[in-house]
Amino acid sequence: MSQSNITKLHEGLVNKDFSCRELTEKYLKAIEKDNGELNAYVTVTPETAMETAEKVDEKISKGEDIALLEGIPMTLKDNISTDGIRTTCCSKILEDYTPIYDATVWKILKARNSVLLGKTNMDEFAMGSSCETSYFGGAKNPHNTGHVAGGSSGGVASAVGGNLAVFGLGSDTGGSIRQPASFCGIVGLKPTYGAVSRFGLIAYASSLDQIGPITTNVEDTAIVFDAISEYDKMDSTSKGSSVPVCGSLKNDIKGMKIGIAKEYLEGIREDVRKCIDEAISVYQSLGAEIVYFDIPSIKYALPVYYIIACAEASSNLGRYDGIRYGYKAENYRDVNDMIKKTRSTGFGDEVKRRILLGTYVLSSGYYDAYYKKAQSLRGTIVKAFREAFTKCDVMLAPTVPMTAFENGHAVSDPVETYQTDICTVPVNICGLPAVSVPCGFDEKGLPVGMQLIGNSFDEAKILNAAWQYEKTAGKFRAAGFGVSL
Amino acid sequence: MKYELVAGFETHVELATNTKIFCSCTTQFGGEPNTHCCPICIGLPGTLPKLNKRVVEYAIRAGLATNCHIAEISKMDRKNYCYPDLPKAYQISQYDKPLCEHGYIQLSNGRKIRILRIHIEEDAGKLVHRRGDTLVDYNRGGVPLIEIVTEPDFRSVDEAKEYVEKLQLIMRYIGVSDCKMQEGSMRCDVNISVRPEGSEKLGTRTEIKNMNSISFIAKAMEYEYNRQVDLIESGEKVIQETLRYDDVSNTTSSMRGKEDANDYRYFRDPDLVTINVPRERVEEIRAQLPELPEAKKNRYVEELGIPEKDAALLTKYIRIAGFFEETIKGTKNPKTAANFIIGQIFRSVETEAEKEAFDIKVSAEALNELIRLIDEGKIRMNLAKSTLDKMLETGKRASELIDEKDMGGLDESVLDDLCRQAVEGNPKAVADYLAGKEKAVKAMVGFVMKNSRGKADAALAEQKIIGIIKGQ
Repeated sequence: MSQSNITKLHEGLVNKDFSCRELTEKYLKAIEKDNGELNAYVTVTPETAMETAEKVDEKISKGEDIALLEGIPMTLKDNISTDGIRTTCCSKILEDYTPIYDATVWKILKARNSVLLGKTNMDEFAMGSSCETSYFGGAKNPHNTGHVAGGSSGGVASAVGGNLAVFGLGSDTGGSIRQPASFCGIVGLKPTYGAVSRFGLIAYASSLDQIGPITTNVEDTAIVFDAISEYDKMDSTSKGSSVPVCGSLKNDIKGMKIGIAKEYLEGIREDVRKCIDEAISVYQSLGAEIVYFDIPSIKYALPVYYIIACAEASSNLGRYDGIRYGYKAENYRDVNDMIKKTRSTGFGDEVKRRILLGTYVLSSGYYDAYYKKAQSLRGTIVKAFREAFTKCDVMLAPTVPMTAFENGHAVSDPVETYQTDICTVPVNICGLPAVSVPCGFDEKGLPVGMQLIGNSFDEAKILNAAWQYEKTAGKFRAAGFGVSL
Repeated sequence: MKYELVAGFETHVELATNTKIFCSCTTQFGGEPNTHCCPICIGLPGTLPKLNKRVVEYAIRAGLATNCHIAEISKMDRKNYCYPDLPKAYQISQYDKPLCEHGYIQLSNGRKIRILRIHIEEDAGKLVHRRGDTLVDYNRGGVPLIEIVTEPDFRSVDEAKEYVEKLQLIMRYIGVSDCKMQEGSMRCDVNISVRPEGSEKLGTRTEIKNMNSISFIAKAMEYEYNRQVDLIESGEKVIQETLRYDDVSNTTSSMRGKEDANDYRYFRDPDLVTINVPRERVEEIRAQLPELPEAKKNRYVEELGIPEKDAALLTKYIRIAGFFEETIKGTKNPKTAANFIIGQIFRSVETEAEKEAFDIKVSAEALNELIRLIDEGKIRMNLAKSTLDKMLETGKRASELIDEKDMGGLDESVLDDLCRQAVEGNPKAVADYLAGKEKAVKAMVGFVMKNSRGKADAALAEQKIIGIIKGQ
């Protein structure tokens, strides 16, 4: 039986069980009702949504074929540029910024008449693990609004987990798709670096950023990934994914070698460990072979990540100076004073912290000790993972060592929060694909997630493994919000 | 004590590609402010650069023409600094892996100016100050540049001037830039220091930024040399600083000191991939390079027998050299063509700009036709000269301007007749000539030329006339 919501809704539209207009209205109404509590959306776009819905209905009424993603209500993280729709990165500095061009991923989906319901909440400039560094306040966890949705793509996860969108696109620099997907009990894929175009994604750390889908089930993730993983000439680092992954979801995984690096299991919470152990048993029952090994260099992953990400961010965020667009401070003496005041008051604390850190590690006199060393260790980690994939087909690991933080906890101790990224950052450092899949709940009923990590461009393998797990022992549970399908 | 000048150059040359370095906007000079822009070159959030392959090719051409080694693997780096004309707050440039390295340009005194490196980068926009406001025009932002850095090999202002002229000439020849200093498509920074003659140790240097004319460069260097010598002689020290040259007062003034130097925090641009330059591609580009000005000039002198000064004039602009080479095809004496071009044709293209454009009404092929008529003895030089003047004026061909009956050599007997008539008809001139006024013969030659419609050989006519007079 298919879990796919996209497929079900597509059939409903084609069979005229409901119109796209009705479907869209249902989501818009649910947003109106529940967004106050979840704070998933920072911008809702009812006009654009209804316009697209009518276009789709017209095609259906004329008997024209529609694509799988046509007419499906969805959302975009608010760092993906949308022509004519404000794109804020949830920062005061871009509060009123409206792009004049479309990000490639949105260009693709727009051409397929996907119905954009609005733009979703995130940590400011994608810097954070709880969505709470957002200028608009954090998105809440649909399973328990006393907890965060996670970050940085917290809004997308909250919207999809809270049934305020069928699917969404987030971005993942150090876990920003997988961690909130894990916290909200849904599926999130961080594709191979280069599989999806970054053109139009407002950069946090260019060598680590990657756009990917967040959905309630593996098949939907595969469908969206196939749609957006096109080569794009506008992005020099784009390669695209050559083979559609949807076709291999249901492959038998008997004999598949699933690797477990022991370092991923160190220091994780007991209940999370239990869920991972159960998932391992599920895979064994499906005939997969479990291989254990060490990747000692994983211990360098966090400092390497924070040095590289902050260094790139310090450069990427230099352009927000109040001159051409976005927020501009009032009352200044001269242009330098204006830039200083704009940046001091336009950026939040976490963003400023990372800009300062990044500037420091690139400064002459410190470059060799930090940035250069981090680059060299990045190479070491890449090599170690390449080596690991000679021993297994995919790797299994927890997505986060715990479940969703209570509201306010993450921002109170930034360094402790940084440490919770330990399981997600290695794949960004190596540019590898990884999908987070729900694999249980803690005693408070908060979801636990596991990730399946693949070698470069092995999205088909990890999604195949994820789909088989989901079919056998899937742990998706609907939260009590939004549209019930 | 005598002081020696030591200087090095950093020259920015705007490349003449049609589009910018990282987007498809036009590189055309001027235009309404901010009309040659797009989301990429104004650095809107989320945009990514895409390296223009032409830029790499042009830079390689420049590298090969200046005897550089071309890197097999190169990359782009970010140079971070904050200024309103730089929309991303970083300039995409090259730091530790420039495209070209270790070349040289040889000067006429035989010295080689070593080129340390040539790298590619993007230009910034321009600040416009108007009625107390400062505005930014990003049209120039993203225009491709190469920066050519020399070793501190200059020992005189004349060497510096010759280097800049040579560089300009080479870049124009290979078609990578128009090098118009007044439009900013070529700009020079000079590092300069002085030391007691005979000393090996380099003195403290200053850097004069952004000079846009060769005469300013020369004046600024002279001023700065004297300033530094004066400082040292009066027991003071030269401070390492960046200077600007003011052409009105002919002085330099400080822009910033060493302690204010930017920390550019260079790092590899993660948005751009490694530049691989296959050796075959380098050889292809090398094979396509035109003959360079120096080689061309030497060939004109050695193979065509053109005087060195004329050869220099002919090779100064590639269009003129091309015109010359086209003109001499199949003709007997290249000097004839050279003289026509440097003499009559240059009178119609007086300024350097006009010479560079070399927009004249006569095609090389038409001039070639005219010279062939001389070669074949169909017309005399005088007729050819007056015909060329008419050609330059009207754009008509020689065949349209010269009567059929004027074509062909003058029959010897006709010439003899005309000479006799000249002598008989000008008794006063004959008397003057016999009285020692040798010039008087010219009047009689003029008569022959006029009555032969220019077809007579003036030298031969003169000989014959003198013969007749003396024989009388």
